[in-house]
Amino acid sequence: MLQARGLAKHFTLHLRGGVRLDVLRDVDLEVRAGECVALAGPSGAGKSTLLRALYGNYRVDGGEIRIRHEGAMVDIASAAPREVVAVRARTLGYVSQFLRVVPRVSALDIVAEAVREASPEEARARAAALLRRLNIPTRLHALPPATFSGGEQQRVNLARGFIGDHPVLLLDEPTASLDGANRDIVVEMIGAAKARGVAIVGIFHDTAVRDAVADRLLHVNPLQDAA
Amino acid sequence: MDETLLSARGLSLSFGPVTALADVDAELWPGEVLAIVGESGSGKTTLLNVLSGRVAADAGVVWYRDPAGRLQDVHAMPAPALRALHRSDWGFVHQNPRDNLRMNVSAGGNVGERLMAQGARHYGRIREEASAWLQQVEIDPSRMDDMPRTFSGGMLQRLQIARTLVTHPRLVFMDEPTGGLDVSVQARLLDLIRTLVARLGIAVVLVTHDLAVARLLAQRVMVMQRGRVVEQGLTDQVLDDPQHPYTQLLVSSVLQA
Repeated sequence: MLQARGLAKHFTLHLRGGVRLDVLRDVDLEVRAGECVALAGPSGAGKSTLLRALYGNYRVDGGEIRIRHEGAMVDIASAAPREVVAVRARTLGYVSQFLRVVPRVSALDIVAEAVREASPEEARARAAALLRRLNIPTRLHALPPATFSGGEQQRVNLARGFIGDHPVLLLDEPTASLDGANRDIVVEMIGAAKARGVAIVGIFHDTAVRDAVADRLLHVNPLQDAA
Repeated sequence: MDETLLSARGLSLSFGPVTALADVDAELWPGEVLAIVGESGSGKTTLLNVLSGRVAADAGVVWYRDPAGRLQDVHAMPAPALRALHRSDWGFVHQNPRDNLRMNVSAGGNVGERLMAQGARHYGRIREEASAWLQQVEIDPSRMDDMPRTFSGGMLQRLQIARTLVTHPRLVFMDEPTGGLDVSVQARLLDLIRTLVARLGIAVVLVTHDLAVARLLAQRVMVMQRGRVVEQGLTDQVLDDPQHPYTQLLVSSVLQA
Protein backbone atom coordinates (compact mmCIF):
# COMPACT_ATOMS: atom_id res chain seq x y z
CA MET A 1 0.00 0.00 0.00
CA LEU A 2 2.88 2.29 0.82
CA GLN A 3 6.43 2.05 -0.40
CA ALA A 4 9.06 4.65 0.43
CA ARG A 5 12.62 4.48 -0.88
CA GLY A 6 15.73 6.51 -0.17
CA LEU A 7 13.99 9.33 1.64
CA ALA A 8 16.19 12.28 2.56
CA LYS A 9 15.17 15.46 4.31
CA HIS A 10 17.01 18.47 5.63
CA PHE A 11 15.87 21.86 6.83
CA THR A 12 17.67 25.09 5.93
CA LEU A 13 16.95 27.84 8.42
CA HIS A 14 17.45 31.00 6.38
CA LEU A 15 16.63 33.22 9.34
CA ARG A 16 19.36 31.54 11.40
CA GLY A 17 22.17 32.28 8.99
CA GLY A 18 21.30 29.36 6.73
CA VAL A 19 21.93 26.65 9.32
CA ARG A 20 21.37 23.24 7.76
CA LEU A 21 19.79 20.43 9.77
CA ASP A 22 19.90 16.96 8.24
CA VAL A 23 17.07 14.86 9.60
CA LEU A 24 16.48 11.88 7.32
CA ARG A 25 18.85 10.01 5.03
CA ASP A 26 18.21 6.85 3.02
CA VAL A 27 15.02 5.84 4.79
CA ASP A 28 13.16 2.88 3.29
CA LEU A 29 9.72 1.77 4.42
CA GLU A 30 7.13 -0.64 3.10
CA VAL A 31 3.69 -1.23 4.57
CA ARG A 32 1.20 -3.83 3.35
CA ALA A 33 -2.55 -3.84 3.73
CA GLY A 34 -3.59 -4.74 7.28
CA GLU A 35 -0.13 -4.10 8.64
CA CYS A 36 0.95 -1.58 11.28
CA VAL A 37 4.52 -0.29 11.34
CA ALA A 38 5.62 1.71 14.39
CA LEU A 39 8.37 4.29 14.09
CA ALA A 40 10.82 3.95 16.95
CA GLY A 41 13.75 6.08 18.07
CA PRO A 42 14.64 8.78 20.55
CA SER A 43 12.93 12.15 20.64
CA GLY A 44 14.29 14.39 17.89
CA ALA A 45 15.36 11.49 15.67
CA GLY A 46 12.96 12.53 12.92
CA LYS A 47 9.95 10.25 13.45
CA SER A 48 7.38 13.04 13.10
CA THR A 49 9.33 14.50 10.19
CA LEU A 50 9.13 11.13 8.43
CA LEU A 51 5.41 10.85 9.11
CA ARG A 52 4.79 14.37 7.83
CA ALA A 53 6.87 13.63 4.73
CA LEU A 54 4.73 10.54 4.04
CA TYR A 55 1.65 12.77 4.18
CA GLY A 56 3.18 15.33 1.82
CA ASN A 57 3.15 17.93 4.57
CA TYR A 58 6.95 18.16 4.47
CA ARG A 59 8.80 18.22 1.18
CA VAL A 60 11.55 15.61 0.81
CA ASP A 61 14.89 16.33 -0.89
CA GLY A 62 15.25 12.88 -2.35
CA GLY A 63 13.53 9.53 -2.70
CA GLU A 64 10.00 8.48 -3.53
CA ILE A 65 6.84 7.79 -1.56
CA ARG A 66 4.57 5.54 -3.56
CA ILE A 67 1.02 5.08 -2.32
CA ARG A 68 -1.63 2.82 -3.85
CA HIS A 69 -4.38 5.24 -4.80
CA GLU A 70 -7.42 3.85 -6.60
CA GLY A 71 -5.48 1.03 -8.18
CA ALA A 72 -2.44 3.03 -9.30
CA MET A 73 0.75 3.99 -7.48
CA VAL A 74 1.14 7.74 -6.90
CA ASP A 75 4.45 9.22 -5.77
CA ILE A 76 3.58 11.76 -3.09
CA ALA A 77 7.10 13.18 -3.26
CA SER A 78 6.70 14.33 -6.87
CA ALA A 79 2.91 14.57 -7.35
CA ALA A 80 1.28 17.91 -8.21
CA PRO A 81 -0.47 19.59 -5.26
CA ARG A 82 -3.95 18.74 -6.51
CA GLU A 83 -3.00 15.06 -6.91
CA VAL A 84 -1.86 15.06 -3.27
CA VAL A 85 -5.20 16.67 -2.33
CA ALA A 86 -7.04 13.84 -4.15
CA VAL A 87 -4.90 11.13 -2.51
CA ARG A 88 -5.53 12.66 0.92
CA ALA A 89 -9.25 12.89 0.26
CA ARG A 90 -9.74 9.25 -0.61
CA THR A 91 -6.68 7.19 0.34
CA LEU A 92 -4.32 8.75 2.84
CA GLY A 93 -5.48 9.78 6.32
CA TYR A 94 -3.43 11.49 9.01
CA VAL A 95 -4.11 12.01 12.69
CA SER A 96 -1.90 14.77 14.07
CA GLN A 97 -0.99 15.11 17.73
CA PHE A 98 -3.12 18.19 18.15
CA LEU A 99 -6.49 19.16 16.78
CA ARG A 100 -6.51 22.30 14.67
CA VAL A 101 -9.70 23.98 15.79
CA VAL A 102 -11.72 26.09 13.39
CA PRO A 103 -13.69 28.90 15.03
CA ARG A 104 -17.44 28.28 15.18
CA VAL A 105 -17.34 24.72 13.81
CA SER A 106 -18.83 22.16 16.23
CA ALA A 107 -17.09 18.94 17.24
CA LEU A 108 -19.79 17.02 15.38
CA ASP A 109 -19.25 18.92 12.13
CA ILE A 110 -15.45 18.66 12.38
CA VAL A 111 -15.89 14.88 12.32
CA ALA A 112 -18.87 14.78 9.92
CA GLU A 113 -16.94 16.82 7.32
CA ALA A 114 -14.45 13.98 7.04
CA VAL A 115 -17.11 11.37 6.21
CA ARG A 116 -16.96 10.37 2.58
CA GLU A 117 -19.82 9.56 0.24
CA ALA A 118 -22.76 10.07 2.59
CA SER A 119 -25.66 12.47 2.91
CA PRO A 120 -25.15 15.23 5.52
CA GLU A 121 -27.65 13.51 7.86
CA GLU A 122 -25.93 10.15 7.59
CA ALA A 123 -22.50 11.77 8.01
CA ARG A 124 -23.69 13.48 11.20
CA ALA A 125 -25.22 10.26 12.54
CA ARG A 126 -22.00 8.34 11.94
CA ALA A 127 -19.90 11.13 13.44
CA ALA A 128 -22.11 11.22 16.56
CA ALA A 129 -21.82 7.45 16.99
CA LEU A 130 -18.03 7.50 16.74
CA LEU A 131 -17.73 10.47 19.13
CA ARG A 132 -19.88 8.62 21.67
CA ARG A 133 -17.73 5.52 21.25
CA LEU A 134 -14.73 7.71 22.13
CA ASN A 135 -16.61 8.91 25.22
CA ILE A 136 -17.39 12.42 23.98
CA PRO A 137 -20.87 12.91 25.49
CA THR A 138 -23.67 14.09 23.19
CA ARG A 139 -24.06 17.38 25.05
CA LEU A 140 -20.58 18.41 23.80
CA HIS A 141 -21.17 17.54 20.14
CA ALA A 142 -22.68 20.90 19.21
CA LEU A 143 -19.81 22.88 20.79
CA PRO A 144 -16.65 24.00 19.00
CA PRO A 145 -13.82 22.01 20.66
CA ALA A 146 -11.67 25.08 21.43
CA THR A 147 -12.67 24.85 25.10
CA PHE A 148 -12.36 21.04 25.36
CA SER A 149 -9.61 19.40 27.43
CA GLY A 150 -6.49 18.08 25.68
CA GLY A 151 -7.77 14.51 25.87
CA GLU A 152 -11.18 15.44 24.49
CA GLN A 153 -9.60 17.35 21.61
CA GLN A 154 -7.40 14.40 20.81
CA ARG A 155 -10.42 12.10 20.71
CA VAL A 156 -12.28 14.49 18.36
CA ASN A 157 -9.15 14.47 16.19
CA LEU A 158 -9.05 10.67 16.25
CA ALA A 159 -12.72 10.47 15.29
CA ARG A 160 -12.04 12.81 12.37
CA GLY A 161 -9.06 10.71 11.30
CA PHE A 162 -10.76 7.33 11.54
CA ILE A 163 -14.18 8.19 10.13
CA GLY A 164 -12.86 8.76 6.60
CA ASP A 165 -11.91 5.07 6.49
CA HIS A 166 -8.77 5.73 4.45
CA PRO A 167 -6.87 2.65 3.22
CA VAL A 168 -3.60 4.16 4.49
CA LEU A 169 -3.49 5.85 7.89
CA LEU A 170 -0.69 7.81 9.58
CA LEU A 171 -0.93 8.25 13.35
CA ASP A 172 1.24 10.69 15.32
CA GLU A 173 1.02 9.83 19.04
CA PRO A 174 -2.71 9.05 18.92
CA THR A 175 -2.92 8.14 22.61
CA ALA A 176 -0.55 10.73 24.14
CA SER A 177 -3.13 12.58 26.24
CA LEU A 178 -5.65 9.79 26.83
CA ASP A 179 -6.53 7.93 30.01
CA GLY A 180 -6.41 4.13 30.23
CA ALA A 181 -10.00 3.44 29.23
CA ASN A 182 -9.86 5.67 26.16
CA ARG A 183 -6.45 4.31 25.23
CA ASP A 184 -7.94 0.81 25.12
CA ILE A 185 -10.73 2.02 22.82
CA VAL A 186 -8.17 3.51 20.43
CA VAL A 187 -6.15 0.27 20.48
CA GLU A 188 -9.37 -1.55 19.58
CA MET A 189 -10.09 0.91 16.75
CA ILE A 190 -6.59 0.46 15.33
CA GLY A 191 -7.02 -3.33 15.52
CA ALA A 192 -10.35 -3.13 13.71
CA ALA A 193 -8.84 -0.91 11.00
CA LYS A 194 -6.03 -3.42 10.47
CA ALA A 195 -8.59 -6.23 10.21
CA ARG A 196 -10.32 -4.21 7.44
CA GLY A 197 -6.99 -4.09 5.58
CA VAL A 198 -5.90 -0.56 6.47
CA ALA A 199 -2.13 -0.02 6.28
CA ILE A 200 -0.92 2.02 9.28
CA VAL A 201 2.27 3.88 10.13
CA GLY A 202 2.37 5.31 13.62
CA ILE A 203 4.41 6.85 16.39
CA PHE A 204 3.48 5.41 19.79
CA HIS A 205 5.54 6.44 22.80
CA ASP A 206 3.33 4.31 25.02
CA THR A 207 5.06 0.93 24.72
CA ALA A 208 1.95 -0.98 25.84
CA VAL A 209 -0.01 0.56 22.96
CA ARG A 210 2.85 -0.04 20.58
CA ASP A 211 3.15 -3.72 21.53
CA ALA A 212 -0.60 -4.13 21.16
CA VAL A 213 -0.89 -2.70 17.64
CA ALA A 214 2.47 -2.83 15.84
CA ASP A 215 3.52 -5.71 13.65
CA ARG A 216 6.99 -4.30 13.04
CA LEU A 217 9.22 -1.48 14.21
CA LEU A 218 11.17 0.85 11.96
CA HIS A 219 14.08 2.42 13.84
CA VAL A 220 14.69 6.04 12.98
CA ASN A 221 18.18 6.99 14.08
CA PRO A 222 19.33 10.53 14.73
CA LEU A 223 21.82 11.76 12.14
CA GLN A 224 25.05 13.44 13.20
CA ASP A 225 24.55 17.19 13.23
CA ALA A 226 26.06 18.42 10.01
CA ALA A 227 25.74 22.07 10.92
CA MET B 1 -11.66 17.93 -14.20
CA ASP B 2 -8.35 17.65 -15.98
CA GLU B 3 -8.49 21.05 -17.59
CA THR B 4 -7.60 24.33 -15.98
CA LEU B 5 -10.33 26.89 -15.48
CA LEU B 6 -7.91 29.79 -15.56
CA SER B 7 -4.29 29.88 -16.65
CA ALA B 8 -1.87 32.76 -16.96
CA ARG B 9 1.57 32.86 -18.55
CA GLY B 10 4.35 35.39 -18.29
CA LEU B 11 2.41 38.23 -16.68
CA SER B 12 4.50 41.35 -16.24
CA LEU B 13 3.49 44.84 -15.26
CA SER B 14 5.40 47.90 -14.10
CA PHE B 15 4.13 51.17 -12.69
CA GLY B 16 6.97 53.46 -13.73
CA PRO B 17 10.07 52.23 -11.91
CA VAL B 18 8.05 49.87 -9.69
CA THR B 19 7.75 46.26 -10.78
CA ALA B 20 4.28 45.04 -9.78
CA LEU B 21 4.43 41.71 -11.61
CA ALA B 22 7.50 39.98 -13.01
CA ASP B 23 6.91 36.99 -15.29
CA VAL B 24 4.14 35.41 -13.21
CA ASP B 25 2.50 32.12 -14.22
CA ALA B 26 -0.67 30.91 -12.49
CA GLU B 27 -3.14 28.07 -12.89
CA LEU B 28 -6.48 27.29 -11.31
CA TRP B 29 -8.55 24.13 -11.63
CA PRO B 30 -12.35 23.93 -11.25
CA GLY B 31 -13.45 23.92 -7.63
CA GLU B 32 -9.99 24.78 -6.33
CA VAL B 33 -9.19 27.55 -3.85
CA LEU B 34 -5.85 29.26 -4.51
CA ALA B 35 -4.49 31.82 -2.05
CA ILE B 36 -2.05 34.54 -3.05
CA VAL B 37 -0.13 35.70 0.01
CA GLY B 38 2.55 38.30 0.65
CA GLU B 39 3.02 41.65 2.31
CA SER B 40 1.52 44.94 1.16
CA GLY B 41 3.15 45.97 -2.09
CA SER B 42 4.13 42.42 -3.07
CA GLY B 43 1.86 42.59 -6.13
CA LYS B 44 -0.87 40.21 -4.98
CA THR B 45 -3.82 42.55 -5.58
CA THR B 46 -2.32 43.60 -8.91
CA LEU B 47 -2.14 39.94 -9.89
CA LEU B 48 -5.79 39.47 -8.91
CA ASN B 49 -6.80 42.48 -10.99
CA VAL B 50 -4.84 41.26 -14.02
CA LEU B 51 -6.19 37.69 -13.72
CA SER B 52 -9.74 39.04 -13.64
CA GLY B 53 -9.18 41.33 -16.60
CA ARG B 54 -9.71 44.51 -14.60
CA VAL B 55 -6.18 45.76 -15.22
CA ALA B 56 -4.12 45.18 -18.38
CA ALA B 57 -0.62 43.72 -18.12
CA ASP B 58 2.42 44.91 -20.08
CA ALA B 59 3.06 41.33 -21.18
CA GLY B 60 1.59 37.87 -20.81
CA VAL B 61 -1.74 36.20 -21.38
CA VAL B 62 -4.69 35.00 -19.25
CA TRP B 63 -6.87 32.17 -20.55
CA TYR B 64 -10.32 31.36 -19.18
CA ARG B 65 -12.17 28.19 -20.14
CA ASP B 66 -15.83 29.15 -20.58
CA PRO B 67 -18.72 26.77 -19.73
CA ALA B 68 -18.78 25.60 -23.37
CA GLY B 69 -15.12 24.53 -23.00
CA ARG B 70 -13.73 27.27 -25.24
CA LEU B 71 -10.58 29.09 -24.18
CA GLN B 72 -11.06 32.84 -23.94
CA ASP B 73 -8.14 35.28 -23.91
CA VAL B 74 -9.39 37.47 -21.06
CA HIS B 75 -7.47 40.56 -22.14
CA ALA B 76 -8.48 40.25 -25.80
CA MET B 77 -12.21 39.95 -25.08
CA PRO B 78 -14.44 42.83 -26.15
CA ALA B 79 -15.40 44.95 -23.12
CA PRO B 80 -19.11 43.98 -23.20
CA ALA B 81 -18.21 40.25 -23.21
CA LEU B 82 -15.87 40.74 -20.24
CA ARG B 83 -18.58 42.68 -18.38
CA ALA B 84 -21.06 39.90 -19.09
CA LEU B 85 -18.57 37.39 -17.69
CA HIS B 86 -18.17 39.47 -14.51
CA ARG B 87 -21.95 39.63 -14.15
CA SER B 88 -22.61 35.90 -14.43
CA ASP B 89 -19.85 33.31 -14.52
CA TRP B 90 -17.46 35.28 -12.34
CA GLY B 91 -17.73 37.12 -9.07
CA PHE B 92 -15.48 39.62 -7.35
CA VAL B 93 -15.51 40.16 -3.59
CA HIS B 94 -13.82 43.40 -2.60
CA GLN B 95 -12.18 44.16 0.72
CA ASN B 96 -14.50 47.16 1.02
CA PRO B 97 -18.08 45.99 0.35
CA ARG B 98 -19.02 49.56 -0.61
CA ASP B 99 -16.95 49.08 -3.79
CA ASN B 100 -19.40 46.43 -4.94
CA LEU B 101 -22.74 47.18 -3.25
CA ARG B 102 -25.10 49.95 -4.26
CA MET B 103 -25.59 51.82 -1.03
CA ASN B 104 -28.83 53.52 -2.12
CA VAL B 105 -30.52 50.27 -3.14
CA SER B 106 -32.13 47.91 -0.58
CA ALA B 107 -30.33 44.76 0.59
CA GLY B 108 -32.74 42.57 -1.37
CA GLY B 109 -32.33 44.81 -4.41
CA ASN B 110 -28.56 44.44 -4.24
CA VAL B 111 -28.89 40.66 -4.43
CA GLY B 112 -31.73 40.65 -6.98
CA GLU B 113 -29.96 43.07 -9.27
CA ARG B 114 -27.35 40.48 -10.31
CA LEU B 115 -30.17 38.08 -11.20
CA MET B 116 -31.95 40.73 -13.25
CA ALA B 117 -28.69 41.52 -15.04
CA GLN B 118 -28.72 37.88 -16.08
CA GLY B 119 -32.21 38.20 -17.49
CA ALA B 120 -34.47 37.18 -14.59
CA ARG B 121 -37.74 39.12 -14.83
CA HIS B 122 -40.25 37.46 -12.48
CA TYR B 123 -40.39 39.83 -9.48
CA GLY B 124 -41.74 37.29 -6.97
CA ARG B 125 -39.12 34.72 -7.85
CA ILE B 126 -36.27 37.25 -7.69
CA ARG B 127 -37.48 38.31 -4.25
CA GLU B 128 -37.68 34.71 -3.10
CA GLU B 129 -34.17 33.95 -4.32
CA ALA B 130 -32.82 37.13 -2.70
CA SER B 131 -34.47 36.19 0.57
CA ALA B 132 -33.00 32.68 0.42
CA TRP B 133 -29.53 34.11 -0.16
CA LEU B 134 -29.82 36.58 2.71
CA GLN B 135 -30.59 33.59 4.92
CA GLN B 136 -27.59 31.67 3.56
CA VAL B 137 -25.30 34.51 4.62
CA GLU B 138 -27.08 34.76 7.98
CA ILE B 139 -28.88 38.05 7.41
CA ASP B 140 -32.45 38.06 8.70
CA PRO B 141 -34.70 38.25 5.58
CA SER B 142 -36.83 40.80 7.46
CA ARG B 143 -33.96 43.23 6.71
CA MET B 144 -34.48 42.71 2.97
CA ASP B 145 -35.97 46.16 2.34
CA ASP B 146 -33.47 48.00 4.56
CA MET B 147 -30.72 50.12 3.05
CA PRO B 148 -27.15 48.77 3.33
CA ARG B 149 -26.08 51.93 5.16
CA THR B 150 -28.01 50.66 8.21
CA PHE B 151 -25.86 47.47 8.22
CA SER B 152 -22.69 46.78 10.23
CA GLY B 153 -19.38 46.14 8.45
CA GLY B 154 -19.69 42.38 8.88
CA MET B 155 -23.25 42.38 7.54
CA LEU B 156 -22.19 44.46 4.53
CA GLN B 157 -19.48 41.95 3.76
CA ARG B 158 -21.99 39.08 4.00
CA LEU B 159 -24.40 41.00 1.79
CA GLN B 160 -21.63 41.42 -0.78
CA ILE B 161 -21.07 37.66 -0.69
CA ALA B 162 -24.79 36.98 -1.24
CA ARG B 163 -24.80 39.44 -4.16
CA THR B 164 -21.77 37.70 -5.65
CA LEU B 165 -22.90 34.09 -5.25
CA VAL B 166 -26.56 34.50 -6.27
CA THR B 167 -25.70 33.89 -9.94
CA HIS B 168 -23.81 30.66 -9.05
CA PRO B 169 -20.48 31.80 -10.48
CA ARG B 170 -17.85 29.18 -11.33
CA LEU B 171 -14.99 31.47 -10.37
CA VAL B 172 -14.80 34.10 -7.64
CA PHE B 173 -11.95 36.54 -7.06
CA MET B 174 -11.61 37.72 -3.46
CA ASP B 175 -9.43 40.61 -2.31
CA GLU B 176 -8.81 40.47 1.47
CA PRO B 177 -12.46 39.57 2.14
CA THR B 178 -11.95 39.60 5.93
CA GLY B 179 -9.63 42.62 6.08
CA GLY B 180 -10.67 45.37 8.45
CA LEU B 181 -13.26 43.30 10.35
CA ASP B 182 -13.28 42.45 14.06
CA VAL B 183 -11.90 38.97 14.73
CA SER B 184 -15.25 37.57 15.88
CA VAL B 185 -16.92 38.92 12.74
CA GLN B 186 -14.01 37.58 10.71
CA ALA B 187 -14.44 34.06 12.12
CA ARG B 188 -18.11 34.02 11.17
CA LEU B 189 -17.39 35.26 7.67
CA LEU B 190 -14.55 32.77 7.12
CA ASP B 191 -16.75 29.91 8.25
CA LEU B 192 -19.44 31.09 5.87
CA ILE B 193 -17.07 31.41 2.90
CA ARG B 194 -15.54 28.01 3.65
CA THR B 195 -18.92 26.29 3.82
CA LEU B 196 -20.45 27.97 0.75
CA VAL B 197 -17.39 27.50 -1.44
CA ALA B 198 -17.19 23.79 -0.56
CA ARG B 199 -20.92 23.20 -1.02
CA LEU B 200 -21.18 25.06 -4.34
CA GLY B 201 -17.83 23.80 -5.69
CA ILE B 202 -16.71 27.31 -6.64
CA ALA B 203 -13.13 27.99 -7.73
CA VAL B 204 -11.60 30.92 -5.85
CA VAL B 205 -8.53 33.10 -6.23
CA LEU B 206 -8.09 34.65 -2.82
CA VAL B 207 -5.71 37.48 -1.96
CA THR B 208 -4.84 37.69 1.71
CA HIS B 209 -1.95 38.79 3.90
CA ASP B 210 -3.28 36.54 6.66
CA LEU B 211 -1.66 33.10 6.55
CA ALA B 212 -4.33 31.63 8.85
CA VAL B 213 -7.01 32.62 6.32
CA ALA B 214 -5.00 30.95 3.56
CA ARG B 215 -4.63 27.78 5.64
CA LEU B 216 -8.32 27.63 6.42
CA LEU B 217 -9.64 28.24 2.92
CA ALA B 218 -7.06 27.31 0.31
CA GLN B 219 -5.72 24.00 -0.98
CA ARG B 220 -2.89 25.75 -2.76
CA VAL B 221 -0.91 28.90 -2.06
CA MET B 222 1.40 31.23 -4.01
CA VAL B 223 3.82 33.42 -2.06
CA MET B 224 4.66 36.75 -3.70
CA GLN B 225 7.49 39.15 -3.00
CA ARG B 226 8.22 42.27 -5.06
CA GLY B 227 6.06 41.08 -7.96
CA ARG B 228 7.53 37.59 -8.17
CA VAL B 229 6.17 34.24 -7.07
CA VAL B 230 8.94 33.03 -4.75
CA GLU B 231 7.27 29.80 -3.62
CA GLN B 232 4.08 27.86 -4.29
CA GLY B 233 2.49 24.52 -3.52
CA LEU B 234 0.13 22.74 -1.13
CA THR B 235 -0.96 25.22 1.52
CA ASP B 236 0.02 23.12 4.52
CA GLN B 237 3.36 22.21 2.93
CA VAL B 238 4.30 25.80 2.16
CA LEU B 239 3.26 26.99 5.64
CA ASP B 240 4.70 24.07 7.65
CA ASP B 241 7.86 23.51 5.62
CA PRO B 242 8.64 26.84 3.93
CA GLN B 243 11.72 26.69 1.69
CA HIS B 244 12.26 30.29 0.59
CA PRO B 245 13.80 32.79 3.03
CA TYR B 246 10.89 35.19 2.51
CA THR B 247 8.27 32.51 3.22
CA GLN B 248 10.19 31.46 6.33
CA LEU B 249 10.15 35.09 7.45
CA LEU B 250 6.39 35.41 6.84
CA VAL B 251 5.58 32.17 8.67
CA SER B 252 7.85 32.91 11.62
CA SER B 253 6.44 36.43 11.98
CA VAL B 254 2.93 35.26 12.85
CA LEU B 255 2.07 35.67 16.51
CA GLN B 256 0.68 32.58 18.21
CA ALA B 257 -2.49 33.56 20.02
